[in-house]
Amino acid sequence: MRYTQHTRFLIVCLVILILLPWFFQTIESSYLVSTFTRLVIFAIAAVSLDLLIGYTGLVSFGHAAFLGVGAYTVGILSFHAYEETTFLGLPGTLSGLVSIPLAIVLSALVALIIGALSLRTKGVYFIMITLSFGQMLFFLFVSLEQYGGDDGMMMFDGRNTLPGFNLNDRVEFYYFCLTWFVLFFWFSTRLVRSKFGRTLAAIRQNEDRLSSIGINEYWAKLQIFVIAGIGAGLAGALSANHTEFISPDITHWTRSGDLMIVVILGGMGTLIGPVLGTFLFLLLEEFLPLILHSLGLNLLSEHWRFVFGPILILMVLYAKFGLYGLIFRQRS
Amino acid sequence: MAQLYFEQLLNGIQLGMFLFLVSSGLTLIFGFMNVINLAHGSLFMIGAYAIAFLHGVTNSFLLALILSLPVVAIFAWVIEVVIISRLYTRDHLDQVLATFALILFINEGTTMLFGRTPMFLDVPPLLSGMISIFGVVSYPLYRIAIIVAGLAVAFVLWIIIAKTRLGMLIRAGTTNRETVEQLGVNINQLNTIIFVAGAMFAGFAGMLAGPLTSVEVGMGENLLILCFVCIVIGGIGSIRGALLGAITVGVVDTMGRAFVPDLLGKFLEPTAASGISAGLSSMSIYLLMVVVLVVKPTGLFPVVKSH
Amino acid sequence: MKLNIFRLIVGLTLSAIGAGAVLAEDLKIGLITTLSGGGGYLGADVRDGFLLAIKEEGGKLGGKAVEVLVEDDGRKPETGRAIAERFLERDGVEIMTGIIFSNISPVVAPLTLRAGRFYVTPNSAPSQFAGKKCHENYFAVAWQNDTLHESAGLNATSQGYKNAYILAPNYQAGKDSLAGFKRYFDGEIVGEVYTKLGQTDYAAEIAKIRAAKPEMVFHFLPGGMGINFAKQYDQAGMNDEVPLVLAAPSADIKILKAVGASMVGISNSSHWNHDLDNAANKAFIAGFEAAYDRSPTVYASQGYDTAKLIASALSATGGKVTEDMDGFRAAMKAADFDSVRGPFKFNNNHHPIQNWYSRVVVERDGQFVNKITGTIVENHGDAYASQCSM
Repeated sequence: MRYTQHTRFLIVCLVILILLPWFFQTIESSYLVSTFTRLVIFAIAAVSLDLLIGYTGLVSFGHAAFLGVGAYTVGILSFHAYEETTFLGLPGTLSGLVSIPLAIVLSALVALIIGALSLRTKGVYFIMITLSFGQMLFFLFVSLEQYGGDDGMMMFDGRNTLPGFNLNDRVEFYYFCLTWFVLFFWFSTRLVRSKFGRTLAAIRQNEDRLSSIGINEYWAKLQIFVIAGIGAGLAGALSANHTEFISPDITHWTRSGDLMIVVILGGMGTLIGPVLGTFLFLLLEEFLPLILHSLGLNLLSEHWRFVFGPILILMVLYAKFGLYGLIFRQRS
Repeated sequence: MAQLYFEQLLNGIQLGMFLFLVSSGLTLIFGFMNVINLAHGSLFMIGAYAIAFLHGVTNSFLLALILSLPVVAIFAWVIEVVIISRLYTRDHLDQVLATFALILFINEGTTMLFGRTPMFLDVPPLLSGMISIFGVVSYPLYRIAIIVAGLAVAFVLWIIIAKTRLGMLIRAGTTNRETVEQLGVNINQLNTIIFVAGAMFAGFAGMLAGPLTSVEVGMGENLLILCFVCIVIGGIGSIRGALLGAITVGVVDTMGRAFVPDLLGKFLEPTAASGISAGLSSMSIYLLMVVVLVVKPTGLFPVVKSH
Repeated sequence: MKLNIFRLIVGLTLSAIGAGAVLAEDLKIGLITTLSGGGGYLGADVRDGFLLAIKEEGGKLGGKAVEVLVEDDGRKPETGRAIAERFLERDGVEIMTGIIFSNISPVVAPLTLRAGRFYVTPNSAPSQFAGKKCHENYFAVAWQNDTLHESAGLNATSQGYKNAYILAPNYQAGKDSLAGFKRYFDGEIVGEVYTKLGQTDYAAEIAKIRAAKPEMVFHFLPGGMGINFAKQYDQAGMNDEVPLVLAAPSADIKILKAVGASMVGISNSSHWNHDLDNAANKAFIAGFEAAYDRSPTVYASQGYDTAKLIASALSATGGKVTEDMDGFRAAMKAADFDSVRGPFKFNNNHHPIQNWYSRVVVERDGQFVNKITGTIVENHGDAYASQCSM
């Protein structure tokens, strides 16, 4: 019965997401399409992290590294296209048909390397080593003077191009991101329901007996690590396009922390949970200050994190099922 | 030239002392209570704000320092009782999230109290000025004081851990927690004591940092990540490891920042050299951590668990 | 299905808020500035100077009612970009101003100009917008970045220094500053070091300066960075060994107050000072002290001048900005207002042509202030004007 309620919920959400731009246009707040694009992109990253934390029990504290890889791939290609210079002998390009697949491929590669090394450790050491890889990438991006260093760079010629579409149009870009989101979400759902998904669950629950069933734990973890890395890399590439701005901040360790919060807030190990968590988090960030301001609670509106922090702590301690559990009255 | 090299080396050791003071608490809390406390950097910040505020009120550095210690202790005690104690039985993910949220809360609260402008504090007149070491190098007295303070704390910690009953309990608890519990020791009280003690070391570092650099929100987080590197390199749960790790990181970071730009400056123009060298020296520390973890996953001086 | 209703309500609430923002009739001016961190008081002063002019006119500038939207960019380009996008798309801002730091202007300015709005900077003025990328809707009211430091170079040369060790943070304005100093300093550069923006500990750099034994040190470290450096420099005993010759951002009264007596005697240069003897300046200082109970820094004077400039243009166009772009632009170019600096006019690239004064730090009535000792150069324009095609 959970399956049907689930699917019904998903379909309704999808319909709403598809109709949103039309709705915003009619109430003359087209600007909000941009906010929801950001939400959809962030949700892709959150879902990818849920695959690691929620389904495999791998607490990766450096997931934002892949956001950076995706973003900088798009950014560097765009930079060289604009400046008409080459990068290691290759010309830049603004084409979405090159930038986005390349972002995905590079994220996979980086995830392979980081995963191969990190997955040799366990527990807190895994958390620490993923954190340090994230930091290394952060400082690597900071050191790239040519691409803005600490301050980042703009995509001076606008967003990536896609034949037949104009991604610089707010609504078209929204549907572009929504399509990627639906694809990744659907893929993840099929993944966790497959035999591989059951392997991941086994890894999360009880690692000691796996080899006796003939499962190569390390290899399975590496695979999911790469897949999650691809998701985040995709999100990074889309994010770069969305803001037309790339900076090392996208890889900052607090960004990894934000992703983790969103996954837990929404309900980890559910895939939908992180989406709900993203929705709540971004909405809070964007509109809570406004609402509080218009209600006259000015002090709190600027310092909403003061209230948010304790709420989060309470949720971690007592309500780990998150929004998902709240809505579906289930524990994940 | 001797002046320059020695001065930079001392700078590195001085940074190492800050890292040690914060890391020692972090490693104890993790080693003994198995809790990852991301908010440890906040305790550093609270120490700094406490002394900056109290100095403004009393106009005496010494008085402010003495009064700040109980302030940090009280904060730490409240945090431990209300939040940290509930995390002992939780997994690391929960600890990371809860303490991350705690950072948000503490930072925001500090901003609400003190605003967004950094506070500045002067070096106490008694400790200002330069001192000549063996006639070879001239170095600010205050920074020497920090190094001395750090070494003193290290010494005190060593005495406590190696020679006292409390220390024995700590050593026992880091290797095998259940045994200590079965000894009939009030484990909750012990947890609180250790947490507060660790926090006070961090807060003490913050107080010392006040006159040196500005006191601002977020000053703890920058240090915290480096501290994790220190304790991982040194071995979680080991004070000796924390000291070694801290000095290594401090010296590598400082020497890197000092000399790599010049090295690169021979090939690149100054702005590029500075950018890349800053990136390189920052990366090198994490690279070091990765190498240590891959080769010796439990660090250089690991505390061997016996369960 | 209860979640759908929940979403609907949320959606409607949001849209109501969004719609509400579009209704007002006042001219909306977006003031994106740095209000947090070590550089926070720069933004606070620009804002307060700007708002003072509006307050003096009873909520208007040049006869037109204005609403100023103020937000903090936290010295992060990404934050500035997000705020600018919101101001331009949701809030209908017609004039963008306020940016302090030059790592943010390269992001906010193009966004504003691309949207067809005016960008008037009260502080940051990086070289690219003064030269090749100059734009008809872009106006810099304070100075062009380099000129701040060119004045220091001239000052240092006139004081007879033969070599110098120079430092600045590694970002656009930092690079501009050292380029500007070198352009007008006749001596040799013994060392050129770039620090990290927001860096707090300068022990390593001070050690290098000591080893290099230069005749003087020039640095561009605005806000909290300047305070930290000055204190540590003094602590290391360097004030007695190697004198500093600075430019205004490294010697504003906030820095002087925070650092204290060790700054006395340090020579620096600026385009404005409290003791400039003209009516507008006297009125400004009196008004600022009365309204805010503190002495204005140079940043406040710049914010004030920016508002007065905009007011002069608004009074010429009858309050129209976007409806009369050409008229507003021409009125801005004319700069028909009484600047607190005295003589002021725009160059072809919309950057100022003004005087630069040498100053020295003195103690007066228990406060540390700057005192003008002479005029370094008059009617000085920037070095990029010829590269601008306007």
